[in-house]
Amino acid sequence: MLWKKQIPLAITFITGLVFGIQYFVPHRTSENLFNAYVDWEIVIGIFGGILAYISFYRAHTMRIRKKAPAWQYSLVAIGISLLMIFFGFIQGTETGTFFSNMYFYVLVSIEGTMFSLLAFYISSAAYRAFRARSAQATALLIAAIIVMLGRIPLGEQLSFWKLIWSNAPSFTDIANWILNIPNMAAKRAMNLGIGLGIMMLSLKIVLGIERSYMGSGD
Amino acid sequence: MAELKQEKTFWEKLVQIDRRFIYLIIALAMTLPFFFQMGLPIPATKEVKDIYDLIETFKPNDVVILSADFDPSVSPELLPMFDAMFRHCLKAGVKVIAMSLYIQGPGLIEPVINQAAKDYNKVNGIDYAFLGWQYGYNLVVINMMENLKQTFPVDYYGERTEDLPILGNVNNYADYDLITSMNGSSTYMTWLLYAHEPYNVPMACGVTAVSAADVYPYIQSGQFIGMLGGLKGAAEYETLISEKRMATMGMEAQNWAHIFIILFIIIGNIGFFIIGRKK
Repeated sequence: MLWKKQIPLAITFITGLVFGIQYFVPHRTSENLFNAYVDWEIVIGIFGGILAYISFYRAHTMRIRKKAPAWQYSLVAIGISLLMIFFGFIQGTETGTFFSNMYFYVLVSIEGTMFSLLAFYISSAAYRAFRARSAQATALLIAAIIVMLGRIPLGEQLSFWKLIWSNAPSFTDIANWILNIPNMAAKRAMNLGIGLGIMMLSLKIVLGIERSYMGSGD
Repeated sequence: MAELKQEKTFWEKLVQIDRRFIYLIIALAMTLPFFFQMGLPIPATKEVKDIYDLIETFKPNDVVILSADFDPSVSPELLPMFDAMFRHCLKAGVKVIAMSLYIQGPGLIEPVINQAAKDYNKVNGIDYAFLGWQYGYNLVVINMMENLKQTFPVDYYGERTEDLPILGNVNNYADYDLITSMNGSSTYMTWLLYAHEPYNVPMACGVTAVSAADVYPYIQSGQFIGMLGGLKGAAEYETLISEKRMATMGMEAQNWAHIFIILFIIIGNIGFFIIGRKK
């Protein structure tokens, strides 16, 4: 219990308090302390990375051993990662190497494809869900359409009223106004709320009130 | 009991268009414009022009840091931004340092850097530096504000940064004249918290269109000089440097994709209203 609860709580309390004060003390000792902390964080992070790799191989080898559903994918995951590490060490990572080619012609393409699929899903979802059911939904719908038109060059051409009154705002101008005024006001309010929430949670963690980060439902 | 199958009315069909048809239309709207380009003008917005104008005022020894903090999933939007800004820096003759807080970043920007350097006859280590990636996100930012060469002992190609002529007088935050982070998440906050706030280093950012709305409060407060928002931001920058490249071409596709999405939304709402009235 001492190792699992009291000691982590004490470390959190002491470091939280020390570095909370350290931020406001412009003294060399204070700066040295912070630099030492930065070095420690890098070392801990690197060990965390090693732990992550071990955990990755362990999880996937377990899946293969137990012949869990779709265990073949685990085989591919382990195989590819070892292959990349091997060729990375042998040939390096410069352009034209196996590592670089796998990166550009496999990983970049896969990630790009995954993300670009969103365009199709969003189009279908917008058509089905974007309905003017209430006053608020209608306001959202109109704002969304204006911003979408304002974010493309064609939006400027579609601002037909500018032919009659050249000083009138175009779709681009209205979209910029929406983003700069109502959107910014809402975002700022949200950011302030989030900031206060982070401060409260940090205080609760330092004081040992919030303990869920230690796991086991504490 | 024979089940009576009611024929769908035109309006009911209108609100139930097969999703495969929508996918097909969007696919065509995004691919055909690459072959049939309209070449519409893309005027620069204030947020983009402010960054361009600042770089234009820089002298040859001024330092611009471009951090490509993104992975391949968002590279279609962010890579053209990096390309346009890197080219502008080379053109303006300022010292440009390319780096990344993401491990996947350097691999993405290396071909872009090489191509731009070739086009402008610039040499790595003399006209620009490519530092690559270093582990630690916020720790990298914190460290490089105090000592750049200690944070990046070697560049992307393994050359000692101490030996790079371009970094001769570049040591810490006092030497950085602009930092621009291009990111698909909120990595710009890392730079804001650990570079701009404590050291007052001028900052700008490039973000995906979907994240652009989050950045406006920081522009209005003066923490960011400007922002490149999505592919349009990159295309606007290309217009400013008079080089129509990846982003300008991509905007042709975005033009029609947006128009068709809007048309589908309007069609859906027309059907929804008429059915609602009849009921």
